[in-house]
Amino acid sequence: MNDPELPACPLPIDRYPMVTMAHGGGGRVMNQLITELLLTAFDNPHLAAQHDGAVVSLPADRLALTTDSFVVSPLEFAGGSIGQLAVYGTANDLAMCGARPRFLTLSLILEEGLPIPTLWREVLAIKRACEVVSVHVVTGDTKVVERGKGDGMFINTSGVGELLSAWAIGPSAVRPGDAVIVTGDLGRHGIAVLAAREGLSFDSPIVSDCGSLVAPILALLEAGIELHCMRDLTRGGLASALNEVCLVSRTSLELDETQLRVDSAVRSACELYGLDPLHVANEGRCAIWLPAGDASRALEILAGFEICRGASVVGAVRDSGPGIVTARSAYGTSRIVDLLSGEQLPRIC
Amino acid sequence: MKYVDEYRDAARVAELAGQIASRVTRPWTLMEVCGGQTHSILRFGLDQLLPTGVELSHGPGCPVCVTSTEAIDRAIALAGLPEVVLCTYADMLRVPGSRTDLYAARADGADVRAIYSPLEAVQIATRSPGREVVLFAVGFETTAPAHALAVLQARAARLPNFSLLASHVLVPPAIEALVSASDNRVQGFLAAGHVCAVMGTEAYEPLCRKYHVPVVVTGFEPVDILQGILQLVTQLEEGRAVVENAYARVVRAEGNPVAVQQVAEVFEVVERHWRGLGPIAESGLGLRPEFARFDAQRRFGCGSAPMREGPGQDARCIAGDVLRGVKRPPSCAAFGSACTPLSPLGAPMVSSEGACAAYFRYRRRAAPESSSGAP
Repeated sequence: MNDPELPACPLPIDRYPMVTMAHGGGGRVMNQLITELLLTAFDNPHLAAQHDGAVVSLPADRLALTTDSFVVSPLEFAGGSIGQLAVYGTANDLAMCGARPRFLTLSLILEEGLPIPTLWREVLAIKRACEVVSVHVVTGDTKVVERGKGDGMFINTSGVGELLSAWAIGPSAVRPGDAVIVTGDLGRHGIAVLAAREGLSFDSPIVSDCGSLVAPILALLEAGIELHCMRDLTRGGLASALNEVCLVSRTSLELDETQLRVDSAVRSACELYGLDPLHVANEGRCAIWLPAGDASRALEILAGFEICRGASVVGAVRDSGPGIVTARSAYGTSRIVDLLSGEQLPRIC
Repeated sequence: MKYVDEYRDAARVAELAGQIASRVTRPWTLMEVCGGQTHSILRFGLDQLLPTGVELSHGPGCPVCVTSTEAIDRAIALAGLPEVVLCTYADMLRVPGSRTDLYAARADGADVRAIYSPLEAVQIATRSPGREVVLFAVGFETTAPAHALAVLQARAARLPNFSLLASHVLVPPAIEALVSASDNRVQGFLAAGHVCAVMGTEAYEPLCRKYHVPVVVTGFEPVDILQGILQLVTQLEEGRAVVENAYARVVRAEGNPVAVQQVAEVFEVVERHWRGLGPIAESGLGLRPEFARFDAQRRFGCGSAPMREGPGQDARCIAGDVLRGVKRPPSCAAFGSACTPLSPLGAPMVSSEGACAAYFRYRRRAAPESSSGAP
């Protein structure tokens, strides 16, 4: 992770190689952390004002707001880290509302003893992810907890975005006959974190799908595609996302299992651990409900984005009903795809 | 994954389904003994590929499900002793005893720990010299070798604080109990491949001869299960009743001699009380007298708990009939409404291998019997 391309940490780490309680104490050391490390990284006029909050203005009169907390363990895994997750997770949630992310808040809860170079790496990861989704960190907070009470670092981000769609995107807009697109292969993130945690290695390494869905979703909206509903596939995987939308929209959905893509290494790991890839977490995939007639045009647009390579129509909304997700197998048989009854993999995001 | 893909291949599945359909001339009732097979059948919808009249009846092969209320009460009583650390597989935590379950006992202050391997319990005992570590040893022939190994390790390390609450069950005596029952409808059995991988296939020979019932040793993937069904209906159509091995890539006739020897060294065959089936002679494993000091029942004097089945069981629960293959989960009035994995009335809804849990997970709302109650 010592990338020579990265700017050097501006804090004098010979003095403080690790986060101390003083970094959250409100005094000179905390001030140094904020001004030399955080303000340097996220340099923008809102932060430079160094006020208690940010005053912002947006042209749109309809805004989307969301918040998310990130507690992933370990902090770094193949394909991403907590810093990236904290930006992409919140930006993706805004995109799912049909909004262009504009501003983020950033709260860091640091554990005493966290190496300053690790903190700097995550700050840079946040900065680069913000550049990818064109969003600014405009206000934030830093706290330090005693060693043993924080597991390195926790991050909370809240986001504000401008709505681009004139109609309400969400479960209530789902209609019988809608096609459902899933934007890529399933289960990478959960298995990548599991592998990092358990020290597993595979013939071909499993890399998290952690990434931004903002650009592809904005492209669909700008092309005028009538998106009815979107849901990013995080904890609980595809199964949870589909069930949640079906329950709220009172529709049922039939999946074509042959259209679901799962990398062979992810499938192997799932077999080993007795997991269903449909229940495993993703961090760069979403399901999109849209009129069936628009599906092929949407797939053409999505194909222009690396993160959506492998997008396909995986099912259809059958009729109004009690909120059932079924899957038709390659054998022509059918089963229910249920929500998990309990926790599958804790601390994955 | 190639290894698994080969046994999930859609073309091979279709071919086998076609062969079964062309072989069958009349109705047959078959039983898959193992809960793992039940889950595979429902997960992949294999029953939907069978010709009308060929019925799969789900067997008692879920160790968590058949562990008696009395055994769970004993475990709860042991867990309540201040010096005891009770180690159990997580599936057992929520199985109802006559009054409560191990989850509730833990919330009430008992030291109950979920483990993945029996050797973890030995490690806990090594690390905790001041505590009494009791391993709640449930399972079929598949888990018995690991439990035997745990006892042998504890003996070798002279661990004074490790003991076993032995509640093992054996498959062949249970099949005999089912096939000899007056209401038995099952005409052929798919035996559980992993049990035979340990113990071999010979134990089924006398059963086949005595009851003229075919037994096919079967694996767990779709191709394995359909291959087992094909061989079973072929035998039935031809009027044969022998033991066949449709899982030869894993199972040898003699089983795993090392594992068999270890089990025989530590355990002896005893009577066991099964949930749903009642007491069955020579259907369980208990510690041999020379290992008596590892017997938790002796050590803590809970061996004389009265045989009790039912007082704590909810009257609506038909787990006994489900475990004997007489009824299917969706025919239970409580299924999916009063009884769900989050609030189970009976063990088959708790265990990851239970038939009720399998129907709840893969069929629940598709079944006309259960229009209500998704949590």
